[in-house]
Amino acid sequence: MGKIEWAMWANEQALASGLILLTGGIVGVAGQFRGWQFAAYAVAAGVFVCLLEYPRSKRSKGTSVERSGQYCFTVCVKAFGPLTRNYYVRAFLHAAICVPGGFMLATVLGCVCLGIASLIYLVAAIRGEHWEPILPRKEVRKPITESIKNPPQNPPPRPPAEIRRKRVDDLEGAAYDNPISVTDNE
Amino acid sequence: MGNFAANEGLSVFVILVWLGINAFLFVQFYMAFLVERWFYTRVLLGQALSWARAPAACLNFNCMLILLPVCRNLLTLLRGSIQCCSRTAARQLDRNLTFHKLVAYMIAFHTAVHIVAHLFNFEYFMDAQLNRNSSLLPFILSEIGTGDNASFLNPIRSNETNPTIVMFTTIAGLTGVAITLALILIITSSMEVIRRSYFEVFWYTHHLFVIFFIGLVFHGFGRIVRGQTAASLKTNIPDVCADQFEDWGTNGSNCAVPEFAGNPPMTWKWVVGPMILYVCERLVRIYRSHQKVVITKVVMHPSKTLELQMKRKGFHMEVGQYVFIQCPSVSRLEWHPFTLTSAPEEDYFSAHIRIVGDWTQALYEACVGDKTEPQEAWKLPRLAIDGPFGTASEDVFRYEVVMLVGAGIGVTPFASILKSVWYKRIQNNQDVFTKKIYFYWLCPETEAFEWFADLLQSLEGQMTEKGMTDFLSYNIYLTRWKETEAAHFRVHHEAENDPITGLKQKTLYGKPNWDNEFTNIESKHPGTKAGVFLCGPPALGKSLEKQCLSHSEADVKFIFNKENF
Repeated sequence: MGKIEWAMWANEQALASGLILLTGGIVGVAGQFRGWQFAAYAVAAGVFVCLLEYPRSKRSKGTSVERSGQYCFTVCVKAFGPLTRNYYVRAFLHAAICVPGGFMLATVLGCVCLGIASLIYLVAAIRGEHWEPILPRKEVRKPITESIKNPPQNPPPRPPAEIRRKRVDDLEGAAYDNPISVTDNE
Repeated sequence: MGNFAANEGLSVFVILVWLGINAFLFVQFYMAFLVERWFYTRVLLGQALSWARAPAACLNFNCMLILLPVCRNLLTLLRGSIQCCSRTAARQLDRNLTFHKLVAYMIAFHTAVHIVAHLFNFEYFMDAQLNRNSSLLPFILSEIGTGDNASFLNPIRSNETNPTIVMFTTIAGLTGVAITLALILIITSSMEVIRRSYFEVFWYTHHLFVIFFIGLVFHGFGRIVRGQTAASLKTNIPDVCADQFEDWGTNGSNCAVPEFAGNPPMTWKWVVGPMILYVCERLVRIYRSHQKVVITKVVMHPSKTLELQMKRKGFHMEVGQYVFIQCPSVSRLEWHPFTLTSAPEEDYFSAHIRIVGDWTQALYEACVGDKTEPQEAWKLPRLAIDGPFGTASEDVFRYEVVMLVGAGIGVTPFASILKSVWYKRIQNNQDVFTKKIYFYWLCPETEAFEWFADLLQSLEGQMTEKGMTDFLSYNIYLTRWKETEAAHFRVHHEAENDPITGLKQKTLYGKPNWDNEFTNIESKHPGTKAGVFLCGPPALGKSLEKQCLSHSEADVKFIFNKENF
C-alpha cells in the first residue's frame, strides 16, 4: 500500500466519529440519562470534531475532491496554522477528546471510533503527511507583450458612401485611391 | 415517459418491493412486541423494546440480502439463464453493485435506530435496579429470578454496576460493539474518494465483513431480551395481576410470580443460506485461480497501456465480458477487473491494462520491467484468472441499431465487439441481427489512439474491400489538445488521411453534440429499438441517459446500458 495517504481515510473516520459522538450525546441529553453531563460534552466535542474534519486536505499527488461548501471551513481551519497543519497534533487532540466519551454508554461508540481515527492520524503523521488547504486557483494571466499596440480609437477614414458603393457596370472607374494613407502609426 | 418505464421500470419496481418488505417487517415486528407476553418487559422498557426489535428484524433481512449481489459467478449463471426469457431482467443484474450499496445504507440506518433504542433500554433496565423501592413494579420485576438465575426479566442483575460495564460483559453487548465498529470501518473505507484512490485499503478493510457476520450470528445467543413463558402466562395474567404485584406468590392471591425466558437466536436462520452461497462463490474463484494461465504475448503500448495476451484451457468468452486478474507475485489477495479486448473467435484472450496504481505498476514491472530485448516465456509471472463475467455489452447484437460510446480506456469492451463484428460479418459472412453500428470514442490524448487505431484501420480496409462501408459509422473525438498540436492539425486539415489516426474518417475536436447525434440517428432509423452502450465516467452517463429519455418518442426507443467498475 505504497501510495496511500492515510490522512484521507483518517479524515473520513474522524468525520464519522464526530457525527456518532454528536448523535450519542444528543440521545444522552434528550433521554436525560445518568451521566448526561458526559453526553452534553459529547455534543460539543462532536460538533468541534465535525467542524475541524469537514474541510478535506489537498492531496500531495492527484486531484483533490472538495466537500460541498467547504471553503469557509477551510479558511477557519487554515487560520490556526501549524496546530491544524500537523497531524501529530490532530492525533493527540482526538485521543484526548475521545476519553470523556468512554464514561457513558451512549457515547462509548463515538469514543472508540474517534480513538481509531486518532491512530490512523498517527500513522499519517509518522509518514510525514500534513494538512494543506484546498484554495481556489488564481488565474495567472500572461502579461500583455509590448508588440500589441493600443487598438485604434476611431474607425479608419473612408470616402463617402456614394463613391464606396460598388459600380458593377464600370469596375475600372470604380477603383479609387484612399486620400489618407492607411499604414501603421510610425 | 414511456421510455423511462422501459429503461428504469424494473429497477424502480425492485426497489419498491425491497422497501416494501423492509416496511412490512418493521411494522410486523414492532407489533409483535405489543402482545401480552411482553407486557412486563414493556413495564420496564416502554416502547423502546419495539423500537429495538423492529430494526433488528429488518437488519436480519438486509444482512441476508447484502451478500447476494457480490456473488459474481452466481449472477453470471443467473444472467445466462434469464437472458433467454427477458433482456430487461438480465440488465437488472448489471446493477448489482448499486443494490449492494443501497442495502448497505439501509443496514447502517437500521443499526443506528437499533443502537439508539438499546441505549434507552439499558438506561431503563438500570433505572429499575437503582430505584430499590418495593412499592415499585419495575423493582419487583427486576428482583425476580435472583435465586435461580434463569427465570429473570432484567438482564442487569445488580445495582452495583453501570450500563457500560454490562455492555462489555454480555455476549450481546460485546458482539454488538465489535460488529458496529466493523461496520463503521467498512463504511468509512468504502467512501468513493478512498475507493477510487486506494483500492487496496477499501478491499482489505471490506474483509471485516467476516467479523461482522460471525458477530451477527452470535449476537442473540445470550437471549438477553426476555418475555413471559407460556406456562407462566397461565398462572399470572398481566392484565389482571399487574396491579397486585405486591401480593404475587402469597397465599390467597391467584397470581403466581411470573417467569421469563429469552427467545432463541433467529439471525442464523436468515443469513446461513447466503453465507454458504458466498463461501461457494469464493471456492469457485479459488478453483478457477488454480487453473493454469499462460501469457503468450506482452505488448507495451504508448499512453502507459499494457496488453497481455493469454491462454487458458477451457476458457470460453462472449463479447464485452470481463475477467478478474490476480498476480500472486505482486499481491496474493488482490483481484482486479479488466475488460477483455479480444473477440471470442480468436484463439487467445487479451486485456489492455492502463498503468495507474500500485498493482498495475508492479504488474508492468513483473511482465516487462525495463528490458528492451525479448523476454523468455518462463520468466513471465504466473497469473490467475477468474471469470469471464458478463455485463451489458453482451446484449449488443440483440439490437438492430447500436450506439457505442467509449471514453478513453473505456473503449476496451467495444474493441472486443468490433473485432467480433469483423470476424462474423466479414470472415464468416454470417448474418447478424445488428444492421448499423454508430461508434463514438472520446479521448483526451493522441497516443491513446495507437493500439485502437490499428484495429479501426484494418476494419476500415476490410469494409471498403467488401463494399460494406455503411455498416459501421465511427467518430473519434479528441477532447484535449496542446497549442502546438492544434497548429499541426490546422496545417494538415486538407490531407486525405487524418493526421492523428491515419484513418479516412477525420478526427473531430471537442465533445460531441449529443442532441444532434441522437436526432440524426432517430431520423435515419424510425420504428426501431436502439441500444446505447456506454463505458465511461458517470457524468457522461448521466447526460447520455437524459438524451435517451428525451429522444425516445413514439417510434424510436433508446435503451441505455452503462458499464462501470
